[in-house]
This record gives sequence, structure tokens and C-alpha cells, in this order.
Amino acid sequence: MATSRAAQASDLDPTKSFQGLILALQQYWAAYGCVILQPYDMEVGAGTFHPATTLRALGPKPWNAAYVQPSRRPKDGRYGENPNRLQHYYQFQVILKPSPPDLQQLYLDSLKVIGIDSALHDIRFVEDDWESPTLGAWGLGWECWCDGMEVSQFTYFQQVAGVECAPVAGELTYGLERLAMYVQGVDRVYDLNFNGRDDDKKVTYGDVFLQAEREYSRHNFEHSDSDMLFKQFTMAEEACRKYLEAGYSADRSQHLMALPAYDQCIKASHVFNLLDARGVISVTERQSYILRVRELAKACGAAWLKTEAGGVAA
Amino acid sequence: MPDLLLEFFSEEIPARMQARAADDLKKMVTDRLVAAGLTYEGAKAFATPRRLALTVQGVPARQPDLKEERKGPKVGAPEQAIAGFLRAAGLTSIDQAKVQADKKGDFYVAITEKEGKPALDVLAAMIPEIVRAFPWPKSMRWGAQSASPGSLSWVRPLHAIVATFGPETEEPVVVPFDIDGIKGGDVTRGHRFLSPGDIQVRRFDDYVAKLESAKVVLDATRRMDIIRADAKNLAFAQGFELVEDEGLLAEVAGLVEWPVVLMGEFDKSFLSIPGEVIRSTIRANQKCFVLRDPQTAKLVNKFILVANIEASDGGKAIVAGNERVIRARLSDAKFFYETDLKTKLEDRLPKFAGIVFHEKLGSQAERIARITALAGQLAPLVKADAAKAERAAQLCKADLLTEVVGEFPDLQGLMGKYYAEAQGEDEAVAHACEDHYRPKGPDDLVPGDPVSIAVALADKIDTLVGFWAIDEKPTGSKDPYALRRAALGLIRIVIDNQLRLPLRRQLWRHFGSVERDEALAAAFALLHPLHDQIVNISATDIELAMKLEVLVSEKTRAASNPKLVQAHSYLKQTDDLLSFFADRLKVQLREQGARHDLVDAVFALEGQDDLLMVVRRVEALGKFLDTDDGKNLLAGVKRASNILRIEEKKDGKAYNGAVDAALLDAPEEKALAAAVATAKSEGDTAVAKEDFAAAMTAMAKLRPTVDAFFDKVTVNADDKAVRANRLTLLNEIREATRAVADFSKIEG
Repeated sequence: MATSRAAQASDLDPTKSFQGLILALQQYWAAYGCVILQPYDMEVGAGTFHPATTLRALGPKPWNAAYVQPSRRPKDGRYGENPNRLQHYYQFQVILKPSPPDLQQLYLDSLKVIGIDSALHDIRFVEDDWESPTLGAWGLGWECWCDGMEVSQFTYFQQVAGVECAPVAGELTYGLERLAMYVQGVDRVYDLNFNGRDDDKKVTYGDVFLQAEREYSRHNFEHSDSDMLFKQFTMAEEACRKYLEAGYSADRSQHLMALPAYDQCIKASHVFNLLDARGVISVTERQSYILRVRELAKACGAAWLKTEAGGVAA
Repeated sequence: MPDLLLEFFSEEIPARMQARAADDLKKMVTDRLVAAGLTYEGAKAFATPRRLALTVQGVPARQPDLKEERKGPKVGAPEQAIAGFLRAAGLTSIDQAKVQADKKGDFYVAITEKEGKPALDVLAAMIPEIVRAFPWPKSMRWGAQSASPGSLSWVRPLHAIVATFGPETEEPVVVPFDIDGIKGGDVTRGHRFLSPGDIQVRRFDDYVAKLESAKVVLDATRRMDIIRADAKNLAFAQGFELVEDEGLLAEVAGLVEWPVVLMGEFDKSFLSIPGEVIRSTIRANQKCFVLRDPQTAKLVNKFILVANIEASDGGKAIVAGNERVIRARLSDAKFFYETDLKTKLEDRLPKFAGIVFHEKLGSQAERIARITALAGQLAPLVKADAAKAERAAQLCKADLLTEVVGEFPDLQGLMGKYYAEAQGEDEAVAHACEDHYRPKGPDDLVPGDPVSIAVALADKIDTLVGFWAIDEKPTGSKDPYALRRAALGLIRIVIDNQLRLPLRRQLWRHFGSVERDEALAAAFALLHPLHDQIVNISATDIELAMKLEVLVSEKTRAASNPKLVQAHSYLKQTDDLLSFFADRLKVQLREQGARHDLVDAVFALEGQDDLLMVVRRVEALGKFLDTDDGKNLLAGVKRASNILRIEEKKDGKAYNGAVDAALLDAPEEKALAAAVATAKSEGDTAVAKEDFAAAMTAMAKLRPTVDAFFDKVTVNADDKAVRANRLTLLNEIREATRAVADFSKIEG
């Protein structure tokens, strides 16, 4: 029987373990004053979908939060055979509203805590206009490069759910696997050291996720039940509209159920992604599905602005 | 005189916007200075990723004083008029106005002297205006102030503005303004990583020098020069040659303030991928340059990257990092390329049935079928092997479904050629896969191989006819389907290869293919031979051809087959499309220096659908009009046309009958009638042989007799019959010259 030992600080060195990297980012942004949230408990395509970003970006109230969000991209599955494409991966998401004047420096300092020194590495802000057609959202910013590799997205939100952001929020999205591969010097995502141990207690990213990648790729491309998914899309769409309607006060000055309605919008979006991966949506239909999700997102955004967190006096 | 220094310091400006923004800044500032009466000596603008800067030298310290005189009412005018004048002139009492006298008596004049403002005040008002009106392609709001409506917007968050003004001999002053909390100042910052501290600046000279020592090269042209020279040297030192790429160079120079050129390498095994794919991969994703072996001109396994810092380890980590990313990218590219090679191009075709080309024009598969049929039809006209042309047309779009083209759309066509070669297609077929897209722009090559020509023409005709059929023509500056480029491409292929293409027939027929209606297609097929006949006849006798066409038009109507009528009616759209070609050709010929009126004179003739002949006529006409004979004949023909126009209008009839030889009286008149008959017959013979120079020579022989006629003969004779006969003779001159061009459209 292997002898166990107490965890050492070096196990959590962000350049040695995946979890160390996550913890370092959480610590850094917690120290800044962010609320450190846990992942949203629904399938989403990106950290932006978390209501802590999409909805909290709307309205006048200040909001600073950071969290890890597992992101599902059914189409990007490669049966575990591609060294860096995954249908499920982690994003680290930071949202600061209003965007602070030194946001770029805050970001650079966060890179330093995970072992990327700007005296040694070439860090660049390269134009990238961000747009999410399904969320009715856009912003301007950059993709951040480290030695030629895109490691983060940096966006000043201008519009979300069809609503102008006032004030503007700054959003940082770190591609955690990519960053970890870079600082660990690993070329294959599955070879990442997850827990920072070098002994027989070492757990790799592959140990945790390789089987899942294979199973979900089979599911996403070959076996997902399209009939059921088409029904689920319609059901989510209808439920979203129903909850939105039910949530309005009689004079429509307040909304009391924006979050449950938005859950159904998220659901519709993910179901659409699954259908898309399965190849059962034609090019022309694709556009109309995206539009349908966007309409839901916009209606949810409008409802959110009528809630307390959205800025309406209780 | 004082100089102005301006700098807008912001977060990273997109590389592609920098040069334009520098120009805009210079224009906005200098235009406003001039409008404010402040003429300057010189101005220059600069851009880096983090700043836009402008120096304006020799700005006067003050605006000139302005004296304005305003004329008022007469002395003793009604009170109301006086009051209105005082208000308008800004006077409080009529005593402040002067009295002046003119012919009509005494009147009031208000003289106001407007003192010129100090330039500093003008600048203080102007700079905020410019910031708020700056024409960024896309701008954004940021920070806490973005909560209020109308808050400042800029391309990315704007942090500071340097604005100093003053003569060389004195300490300049800061231009005072406040834009949403950003005040005019004299402090900027150096390189983000290499020299991040504040820098106080005075004027342009020390500004540039201080930036340079803070690791910022202000001038983009200098950054480009540094990168180019260092990259070439680095390559040369190892026996390689830089594959130059000015577009990439400009972009990279917009991504760094302190360029540091480094070299990296990748595994040799990647060189099995086509060079263009390696280059596209490294260029598009990594913004790096590739190198080649100067002997073989083949790529080598090295690349050049441009970093923004002098790293503490000399760049080792940066090179290693870039090499890792490029290795991953090339692995993907290699995988894509090798995967593509496993599927034959023809095996990809069934997928096109499910891909929409355009909602109203059907699937890609339908489009490919049309192009294939058309390429086969065109093949004999361009001396191509029909089977090869059809094969090439069938395969030429297949690479759109390959992984490599999916990743790099720019490589469409080229990959088709590689994949066609790899599967052992005929060389002409493989080349057509690439060349049928040509010419892609004014500088691109025109295909010269007959198979490529057939497919290129078919591709362009299908595009043009298709979008004409669904009425998606270019309007103004909008040309989303690049139809102008397609038309110009077709024109260049025809002219450069000296092709004889009866465009009208080909275009009209293709309208039948584009419409997805079987009965209509059958109707087109019924009409084909008739139209072919008409086209054949039109080459020699345009009038007869037109008559026949009217006849066909009537017959189809009489046949009471609506599809026949419909098919025939497409001639109208065909002619509309032809006139689009005529316009493009005019533009093209004009750009080559041909006179636009000569082009008009040729197009004014009926049935000009053979582009090569049009061009030849224009050339011959141009040469002819450069000679004395040409100029004088033109004068004579114009004189004849003018007289005719006036007299025909007066008489309300056209003098287009035959000349009555019995009524010819004067010897000059008889000579002219004979000369016209000769010129007409010689001209027609020459035109039939397509010898336009000879046709011009035949026309030239008319000149002395025309001159003599106008010298000695009075057209408007007293005898009505004689007069009519002479007018008819003038018409004959006009008609004879119409064998080559409509001289009335020629200027001069």
C-alpha cells in the first residue's frame, strides 16, 4: 500500500498542476474583491452564459465576480484523439462592472501569478471583436497572446441581450487548459498534471476526462436523440416565454422570475448546439434557430432590468 | 511660430486601423486650423499600437483680426427697419453706425471689428470636438462614466492626451481642455513592458527622442523598415531568403512599439505540405514570415517572428513558445492535407446537392451542372477539348469541401489544383481548377490555356446571368456578388486571348439554364436554332437580323405558347446584361487611354456583342482620327449630320431613301455620289473581313469629295426635289461611315 503524504505547497504551484493554476487565479481575483462563484449548474457553451455574466452585466449596479465555468462545445469533440480540441473544457471567467481603468494591468498581474513573466514572454493584445449572435451581445477588445498563443479573451461589453451596457463591464476569459499546457510545457492536453503530484498519486487531465471525451463525442455525433432534442428545444422555448409572462407584475414595472426564465434560454441554446453537432440542422434553418435563442435572451435581458438586481428599486 | 504636439494615448488600437486614423487625425486638425484662419507650415501624423500622434509646425499664435461691414437701411428709414438692423449687427444705438452715401442717398453701415482669438483658445475648443467626432470604424464606451448617456467613445479606452503648444524658443504651454475627465497634458508613457513609467514631454523633437529611449519607435514606416531589414539579415546570415509580404509587414508593424526580430524553426517533415498551406498557416494564425532557399525557391523549415520586447533571456522562451504553437498549427494543417488526399474530388460532389449556392439559384450541385454544360458548349469556341473542359468544370469547385480550404478560404482553387494533380488528372484539368477563378483582380493573371478559359468563362457567365435573372444587379457602390469583377474578368479573358465570342447568344441561352423550369428549358431549346441563324446573319447584315428577330418575336407570340414567349422575352434581360458589359468595357478601355467618345461611337452601332471586334474598331478608329484625313472626314461627316438633323427636324421627315442619279447636277455632287457608293462597298467588304484599318482607308477616300461638295454645292437648293436629293446624299455619307462607327458620337 502506497504511503500517503500531506499535500505540499509545491503541489499547488500553478506551473505544476491544473488545479494549482485555477486556485492561483481564484486567489488573485478574490484578493481584488471579486465574489468567487462556483460553476453554473447547467450546460453552457461558454462562461459568458452564466447569469453572473449575462444578466449581471445589465443594469447600473456594480458587480465583480470570478468563477470557473465548464463549457460544452459538442461540435468540437474529437473522440479524445486531438491534442487540444475538446467538447468539454474549462474557462475561468472574470467580470468587473464598471470596467476599472487599470483592467489591462490587472490582467497582466494575474498572468504573473500563474507564472507568466512579461519580462520573459511576449504578451500582446491583438484585435478581436467579440460577438455572440445567440446572446444578442457584442463588445470590443482583444485576444491576448503569449508568445504567439491565444491564452485569453479580453472584452469590454457594449451590448448584452440586445441592451446597451450602462456602465460597461470588462470581461476576461482565460482558456485554462491552454494556459496550463503552456506553463506546464505539455503538448497534449491529456498529459496535463491535474493534481501536482509526481508520485503514484499523480492524476492527469486524461485520467479525469479522456473517457468522457470519447463517450460524449460518440453521443454528440452519432447517438444523441434528435427527436427528443427537437422537442426539448421547443419545450424550453415555450417554458421560457411562459415564465417570462408569468413573472411580470400587473403593471409590468417589475419582474419576479427572470432567472428561471433565463435557465430555459440556456437550455434551448445547449440543445441547439447538440442538434447542430448531430448535423440535423440545415444552413438556412441554423440561422433561424440562432435567432429564436436570441429572442429569448433579449426577452430575459428586458425582464432582468425589471428586477432588483437589474436596478429596479424593491 | 509655435508648433503643436498632440498625442492620444490609449489601450491597443487594432493594427488595421492605425494608418487610416493617423491620416484622419491630421486632416481633422489641419482642416479646422485652416478654417479658423490659422494656416500652418507643415503637419505629420503617426500611429503605434498605443498612440496616435500629430505634429503641426508653424501655427500662428493668433487668428487674424476680422473687420466686417454690414450695410443697413437708408437714413430716415422706418423705425422697424432700423431696429432690425441694430439687432442683426449687434449694435445698441444707431449712433454706433456710420453714415455712408451712394447714388441713392445716405445709408447706415455697421462696422464690427472681430478680434482674432489666440490660437491656444482655438485649439482648446477644437481638440475635444475632434475627439468626440473621430471617425473610428468601430468605437466603444468604457469605465464608470459609461453609465451616463453620451459618454466619451474611442476605439479602445483612451487614457491621456498630450497637447502642447508654443514656439521653439520658449517653454510650450499645455492646451487647456477637459474631455470627460481627460485633461490636456504633457505626460505620456513609454513601452508597456520595457519602460512603463511616465515621461514628460515638451515638443515634438524631445517627444520622439524620449519615446525612442523609452523603447517606442513612433513612426510606423521606420518600424516596417527595421523589421524588413532585420528579417532579411537574419535570413541571409543563414543562407535563406525572406518571403516578403508587405501586407503582413504592415500588420506586424501595427502590433509592436519596439520590434525585435527573431527566428524559429519547425520540423522538416512538415515541408511535405504544399508551401502555400505552410505560409497561410503561419501567416494567418501566427503573423510570422516564412523563408525560402534562394536556390530552389522552396520553403525551408524556418520562420521569422516579430516580438514586442527585448526579453531577459534574449528571446529563447519567446521563440520556444512560438515554435510550439506553430508546430501545433502545422500538425493540424498536415492532418487536414493528408485527410483531404484520401478522398477523390469527384467523391465530394454529392455533398453539393445539400449546399445552397443562393436561395433563388438553387444548390451548388445545380450550379456545377450548369457550368459543366456551358463549359462544354464554349469549348469549341475557345479551341478547348470539350471533354477536358467538362471534367475540369465538374471538379473545379470540389476543393471548397476540403479541410484545408475550410481552414484557409484564400487557398480555394490552388488546393483544387494540387488535389487534382495528386489524383492523376490531366494537367490542363488540374490547372483549370485553379485558373478558372482568374483574373481575381486588376493585377491578376488572365488564364491562357483553352481548358481554363472555357471553365473561367462558364463560371463567370453563370454568375452574371444567374444574378441578372433574379434581379440582384449591382447598384451604386453595392456589388455584394462581385459582378463587376466577373464581367471585367470575362472581358479581359476575351480580349487578351483574342477570342470571338457571340456573347448575346451565349448569355441568352444561359438564362434558359438558370431558370429551373423544364417547359421553359424546352422552349429555349426550340428557339436556339432560330437565334443561331439570326446571330449568324447579324455578322453580315444587321438589319436583316433585326427584322428576323421581330419576326421570331411575333411568331412566338402567335404560337400562343407562353413558354416560348417567355423564353424570347429573356432577350431583354440579355441586352441589359450586354450593356453592363459595354459599361465595364468602356471603363477598361478608358483606363487604357482610349477616348470614351470613340467607345461610345462604336457601341452606338447595333448588335455590338463581340467584344474583340468592338476593341478592334475602337483601335482602328483612334488611329484613323489621328490622321489629317480622319480629322477632316470627321468634320465633313459632322457637318453633314448637323445639316441633316436641322433639315429633318424642319421637314418632319427622314431622308433615308436612295439617291436619284437623274437629279444629280453639279460635278462635285456627282463625284460625291460615286465616291460614297465606292466607300460604302469597299467599307462593307473590309468590315466583313474584319479589317477595320482597310475600312477606315476606304472612308478616308471620301474626304476630298466631301470637302469639294461642301465648298461648291448649296444643299438647300431652291428646287425642292434637288434639295431632297442632296439631303439624301448627305444621309448616304452618314450611313457609309456607320460601317465603322457612329461619327456623330465622336467629339471634336
